[in-house]
Amino acid sequence: MSEQPDISAPQIDPEGVDPKVVEAMIVAGIPHCAALGVKVISVSRKAVTLALPYNPDLVGDPVHGVLHGGVVTSLVDTVCGMAVFTALAKLQAIATLDLRIDYLKPAVAQKELYATAECYKLTRSIAFVRARAYHPEAPDDLVASCVAAFMIGSSDKPPLPKGTKVPGGVA
Amino acid sequence: MTIDLEALIRAAREHRDISGFLQAIPYFRFLGLSVREDADGTPLCVLPADPKLIGNARLPALHGGVVGALLESAAIVQLIWSAETDVIPKIIDLQVDYLRSARPVETFARAIITKHGRRIANVRAEAWQEDPARPVAAAHAHFLLG
Repeated sequence: MSEQPDISAPQIDPEGVDPKVVEAMIVAGIPHCAALGVKVISVSRKAVTLALPYNPDLVGDPVHGVLHGGVVTSLVDTVCGMAVFTALAKLQAIATLDLRIDYLKPAVAQKELYATAECYKLTRSIAFVRARAYHPEAPDDLVASCVAAFMIGSSDKPPLPKGTKVPGGVA
Repeated sequence: MTIDLEALIRAAREHRDISGFLQAIPYFRFLGLSVREDADGTPLCVLPADPKLIGNARLPALHGGVVGALLESAAIVQLIWSAETDVIPKIIDLQVDYLRSARPVETFARAIITKHGRRIANVRAEAWQEDPARPVAAAHAHFLLG
């Protein structure tokens, strides 16, 4: 990991895909992420980083103050999907085929959780992604590690609501 | 604020009622998760239809992470129901196969403990909507006990 996200302020890679598209996808296209309060930290063709702010509603172990694994799964599944979108040449519907997560250490509920994903192989039908989740102050001390496979073109319906602006046109 | 989760877990097992435990876990309240006892005496997890659980507004479909969370929760509930430990099982890893698009309707899940060791449990779980024979997702997971 040579590029670490700057934890002082969200940064956007100017060479990458318009982060507004990813933000629009999350806000307009993924109600569950809006409910979780997921934020976009950085978006490029190589990697996507999202953040999950502290929310006491997401605690799975109130005695030890640990996030529920299901929350980590939701954040990681989302960031993997976004990494596929940014790797695709044109916006198409995708669907998770499988997702394998190793929970390396408990996610401290009171700390913000980041997840970064990269789509490391893209075929005509399938995208292969890996992701990691971590607290931003310790990006190498992983909370979770994940590999996932996505189907490309899983539906005729585009992934954004009609009329949403994307680079080069309108969905 | 101190929560005696161990007492809630013991009570869930003794009285065959896990609702007190579910209510003590904020994320289960967020999901609206409930558990009912099936005819064969095993716990069945029920995730209500809720717009905030949607992951694809166009289709529409449940968020894959929510389906994963339901499967993990079904595994935890099954372990608490049948295991000897009084602490929340800690998840080690989880593999989810997404079999069908999950519509934003009431979704059910059940888990089976394939191997219950002293420290590790191996659990399989399935989630479905109308028809248990047509699961929307299946998972297997390992948990650390105690």
